[in-house]
Amino acid sequence: MQIKDIQKEKRLSGKMKLALLIFIFLATAPLYMSSFRVTMLGKYMCFALIALGIDMIWGYTGILSLGHGVYFGLGAYCMAMHLKLEASDGALPDFMAWSAVEKLPAFWAPFQSSAFTLFSIVLIPVIFAAVIGSLTFLNRIKGVFFCILSQALAFALATFMIGRQEYFGGSNGLTNFTTLFGHAVNDPVTKTVLFYLTLISLIAAFALCMKIVNSRAGRVLVATRDAENRLRFTGYSPAVYKVFVYCLSAALAGIAGALYVPQVGIISPTDINIAPSTEMVIWVAVGGKSTLVGAILGALVVNFAKSLVSEQFPAVWQFFIGALFIAVILFFPAGLISIKDLPAKIRSFIKKRADTGEAEDKKQAGTNAKAKSDNGLFSNKKPVTVTSVKVSKGDGQ
Amino acid sequence: MKNLRSLSLVALTAAVLTMSACGSGADTSSSPAAAGEQTSASEPAETGDTVKVGILHSQSGTMAMAEKPMIEAVQMAIDEINASGGVLGKQISYVSEDGASDAAIFAEKATKLLTKDNVATIFGCWTSASRKAVLPVVEGNNGLLWYPVQYEGLESSHNIMYTAPCPNQQAIPALDYIMENIKPKSGGTVKIFLFGSDYVYPRTTNTIIKAMQPDYGFEIVGEEYIPLGYTDCSTVITKIQQSGADIIVNTINGDSNVSFFKQYRDAGLKPEDIQVMSFSAYEEDIRGMGPEYSDGTLFAWNYFQSIDTPESKEFTDKFQTLYGSDKVTGDPVVNAYEGVYLWKKAVEAANSFDVEEVIKVCESGSVEAETPEGVVSIASGDTHHCLQKVFIGVADKDGQIQSVWETQDRVEPDPWLKSYTWAESAGLGS
Repeated sequence: MQIKDIQKEKRLSGKMKLALLIFIFLATAPLYMSSFRVTMLGKYMCFALIALGIDMIWGYTGILSLGHGVYFGLGAYCMAMHLKLEASDGALPDFMAWSAVEKLPAFWAPFQSSAFTLFSIVLIPVIFAAVIGSLTFLNRIKGVFFCILSQALAFALATFMIGRQEYFGGSNGLTNFTTLFGHAVNDPVTKTVLFYLTLISLIAAFALCMKIVNSRAGRVLVATRDAENRLRFTGYSPAVYKVFVYCLSAALAGIAGALYVPQVGIISPTDINIAPSTEMVIWVAVGGKSTLVGAILGALVVNFAKSLVSEQFPAVWQFFIGALFIAVILFFPAGLISIKDLPAKIRSFIKKRADTGEAEDKKQAGTNAKAKSDNGLFSNKKPVTVTSVKVSKGDGQ
Repeated sequence: MKNLRSLSLVALTAAVLTMSACGSGADTSSSPAAAGEQTSASEPAETGDTVKVGILHSQSGTMAMAEKPMIEAVQMAIDEINASGGVLGKQISYVSEDGASDAAIFAEKATKLLTKDNVATIFGCWTSASRKAVLPVVEGNNGLLWYPVQYEGLESSHNIMYTAPCPNQQAIPALDYIMENIKPKSGGTVKIFLFGSDYVYPRTTNTIIKAMQPDYGFEIVGEEYIPLGYTDCSTVITKIQQSGADIIVNTINGDSNVSFFKQYRDAGLKPEDIQVMSFSAYEEDIRGMGPEYSDGTLFAWNYFQSIDTPESKEFTDKFQTLYGSDKVTGDPVVNAYEGVYLWKKAVEAANSFDVEEVIKVCESGSVEAETPEGVVSIASGDTHHCLQKVFIGVADKDGQIQSVWETQDRVEPDPWLKSYTWAESAGLGS
């Protein structure tokens, strides 16, 4: 037990080191990158924020949601409605004039207040997630059925936004903002402040998720994923924990949406539909799930790669991105984060080859090496399983 | 073991850093003017004897099929201009970016073209969503966009030039044609069924048509939308049959047109019973569905490939020689092509690549170019639209559209519908 704990300790510190490196890289980016690239990084950090939430529900709790664009969209639209009202300065937002709307709809009015907007970007996604979560998890809807439901949600919201052009700008979405709480969105100072605000949100969210994962609640989440029935028999209600973590990820996605809008300058139904929602899960898978830092890494690497490759090869870039996904899944099923195990893997592989090449009488050594190599292969999954075993033990007490 | 682990950790971080360095490294190498951050286009994009422009269309996603001919047309125009000596003695080089049918990516790529590549102008966009996304970018970075697709109007940005028609140069004359030429089956007034893709252009166009109704006196018997890319139109077609409509105003975009026309025929409908007037389908769509399905239906545009002028023939020949003999041209392709020429004329008249100078010349109303659709000129004033002749045509058995009606003169653009009293009373416009 003691040895295992030490191993876990070591592993954590490795993850923390990587997280620290990423945060330092992000914090110093404005020093050596053009403002265009920095704004792009700001956008990727918003995506990393969503990825953190998805890692919490998928990686740790085992709920695969393919519709997180909904919560991202709710946060983003709340912010965009406020910005649109700021930009139209008392007059009717431009798209309402095209759709022959003559008076500001009642539900738009509260968004004139900055305070209300700031509350709504967290509260509206959370309330929505609480309703959806209670309806599904309390009724024990899970697995594939929840996946389909979440996708349908994303599609429904996007279709609703397109259909209600007079209220939400239709397929054009909301765009053409001028100021954010009185500061010009194009101003370099506003951009820098937004960039660091996003970074701080990301670090805070990472710290919060880290804390939850390492707490008793975090162990219950993992137990929900690995042995839901056993957890239920020990007296826990998995549904409550599921709703909690679902709301948490919705809040993170909502905040990400609100930070995304002023930096990117547009939110449209395309960005909240099924395809982008699915992509959010891909970031986590590519980075490495149930590691938190892997989710951040995945969101940053995939999106950076998308932008850079599409600039170089505008006609065929999607093939390269597809190849990246396939390569990661084939060679690093535990995500990019498991690249660090590569030397150990190679070493044990070479050793194995060398050992099998040697004489039969060294059988003993061969089996040793094999045991080692197994260790290497599974080392990135093992600690999690260890925790889960520990959890169920802890629960018994 | 521990060393190796931290080593690979460092390697991973290094990889990420290298990637970002590639990004920022390209900044300085690709355009000297971009060395200082945010050097906007106030400094011309010429370097030595070339001038750089941007092409921003979707090369992936649902719009890729429609936008590819636009890219080809712009490239063709650039090559022609370069072969005949360039603009102000400079050869045009271009940076092509993929908007990926996603408005947010259009905004990102437009920012890249303007701040990193420092292009003199951008030719691009198809959907209203992409144009609306690029609009604040070109306005904020003092860029210039040439927008080549017919659209819903109610817009005139200082930094966009619209080479395609707005509703008073397509939809409204088409309704005039309908009122004059479609005979109501059951006596009384013409019954119109509005059917389109579910996005901004069809919805706004139909809002405009509904606003015209009290004045024109036609009757609207239905209004339906299907999502972009949707292929099942049979429910709507049943509704159309039951509605007693005389004509369908079709604002479907992209490949849904194929399904619509096929299912229209499968339901036994004929243009003689229920006519179709299409605003967004053109020769390329007919090629996709097969001419037997569109045969006899109506189309409203400012140019058809079949228009019998030497300029039009020459353009079609060149386009087919370059990109394949089975290719067809049409209004959007020609609008993309003529955008490059109008920009060239404006630059030459301004004797400068500076965006403000070019816009000033365009607004003077003196910019005109010889194009496949005849002489095209930018209207004077701040609408930034072109004067357009309007044609109504009937599709024939070979997939070509033959003009049956045209406006006498070129129609002045009126994107805000200011000259129509019905628009004002419906609360449309500014």
